[in-house]
Amino acid sequence: MAFFEARNIHKRFGSSVVLEKIDLDFEQGQISGIMGPNGAGKTTCFNVLTGRYAPNRGTMTFEGRDITGLSPQRIARMGISRSFQIMNLFDDSAVIENIMIALPEFRDMRSNMIRPVFRDKMLEAEAMEILSQVGLQDVAWEPSKSLSYGQRRALEIGVALAAKPRIVFLDEPTQGLGAEATRQLSTLIKQLRERYTIVLIEHDMRFLFELADKISVIHWGQVIAEGTPSELQSNSWVQRSALGEIA
Amino acid sequence: MMTLSNISARSNQWITPNIAIMAVFLFTAPFWLTAVGLYDYIGLEIVIWLIYAMGFNLLFGYTGLHSFGHGAYLGVGAYAFGLFQHEVAVSLWGGLFAAVAAAGIAGLFVGLFLSHRRGLYYALLTIAFGQIFWFSAIKLRGITGGEDGLLNIPRPELNLLVTSIDLNNNVALYYFAAIILFILILFLWRLVHSPFGRILQAIRQNEMRASFAGYEVWRFKLAAFTISAMFAGMAGGLFSMAQQSAYPDVMAVHQSGLIVMMVLIGGGLVSFWGPVFGVILYYVARDILGGITEAWLLWYGLMFVLMVMFRPEGIAGVIHTLNQRFSKRPATQKAQVT
Repeated sequence: MAFFEARNIHKRFGSSVVLEKIDLDFEQGQISGIMGPNGAGKTTCFNVLTGRYAPNRGTMTFEGRDITGLSPQRIARMGISRSFQIMNLFDDSAVIENIMIALPEFRDMRSNMIRPVFRDKMLEAEAMEILSQVGLQDVAWEPSKSLSYGQRRALEIGVALAAKPRIVFLDEPTQGLGAEATRQLSTLIKQLRERYTIVLIEHDMRFLFELADKISVIHWGQVIAEGTPSELQSNSWVQRSALGEIA
Repeated sequence: MMTLSNISARSNQWITPNIAIMAVFLFTAPFWLTAVGLYDYIGLEIVIWLIYAMGFNLLFGYTGLHSFGHGAYLGVGAYAFGLFQHEVAVSLWGGLFAAVAAAGIAGLFVGLFLSHRRGLYYALLTIAFGQIFWFSAIKLRGITGGEDGLLNIPRPELNLLVTSIDLNNNVALYYFAAIILFILILFLWRLVHSPFGRILQAIRQNEMRASFAGYEVWRFKLAAFTISAMFAGMAGGLFSMAQQSAYPDVMAVHQSGLIVMMVLIGGGLVSFWGPVFGVILYYVARDILGGITEAWLLWYGLMFVLMVMFRPEGIAGVIHTLNQRFSKRPATQKAQVT
């Protein structure tokens, strides 16, 4: 049994079928990639896997436990964390607070109505440690809305990592990034692979093929190909996509 | 646009300079109110409405949940206090406990219906429930006294074991209410800087992110609503003591709208202290403008319109902007309002 398994996942919105018979396996310690054209159902797939939408059919297991239909907060507490394609941060809060709120230790104190958050130096140090992992330690006390686009992408990943996840889902982390920022992100993800199991949705094929151990190709809501980057090089869909024939 | 989350997040003090200033104003007011042309009872009204407004702002400003029917919980508190005195015993603490508990239970009950909703639907449901409470207060004549309300509610004396204080004197009742307000301000100040308070602010900013960070958002929304209703209940209990009556008008939708106006004009969306400015402005405007013209509410309404159009951050925001301009702090700290 794989670390994270999805079997026969179907998702429908009204009469339109968005995901159909999706089977995915993510192995511990690996970087798994999901690719596909716009509108293929990649983000919906992520939303189902992380609890935002319940599947209409199918099952999902994480470390052998059935997580099908659980709420996002229960899934998050089991150690499944995610970033978003459209950035989802606490924009008015300081960068460090975005991280602190996602820490499991902070979550354990959630009912505390008296103790000031910033009296806890351990919590602060832990958040700074996460920020240094994603290169944002120097802007820790800035409002997150004042960060550059690339920094906000890094903060998205930092928030996902702060939950001390067993598996991290990153939804199009390079979207909107320039070449240099993409290269930095690639370096960051290479560093993170030592500690986390990562699942990446990515449009940038070069980025994905460089990082992923295994890639699943989704098209029209179905997994049409799966394999290592080298196995997929010969796949006709991937070749056409690389030539820009498929958007 | 400034927001409440720009408040210096690192505050971990029990007493800040602003709290000290508040304490000085609060506990010296009876000495100078008459000298500035006001009177003791307006001080009492302001203190009671401050309890209501500070609690309301936990929901409105900090959690970002727009309740337009909050007068219901003020009314529930007022009726509960009065009914306790009439039906159970003449007891200050018993009556206030009944007021807070009744408003808390009502808030918890309504909150269960509201907390899975957001935005417009949340706001509309608060109005609907507010109307239900108001209508019930009018129709349940046997319990509430109908449109006449509960009359002749006594002001029980404050028993301090070694001595007792007669609260029929407005100054004595003022000090009693002021001490309660001060304790509640200390509690709220801690709350908004605690993990619970920071999560409420996170929910205001991004409910979905809070949920994916592992928080059961609806429980926090429910807790914020209930706490806020309990504050309203405490204010209601004191209000019925002050007025020596409880009547349905405090539950009416226009009364619920007033608290929203006070909090917005004061700057509750950007500062912990916003409701203080808003409540004081309302009562001073009522007495000063009201002495000049019967149409004072028209002018107050116009002031609200102008504020929303040109200074949506309210009085607290204006004060903060001026403070920043004169102290010339670096731009990165500009948004820190306390």
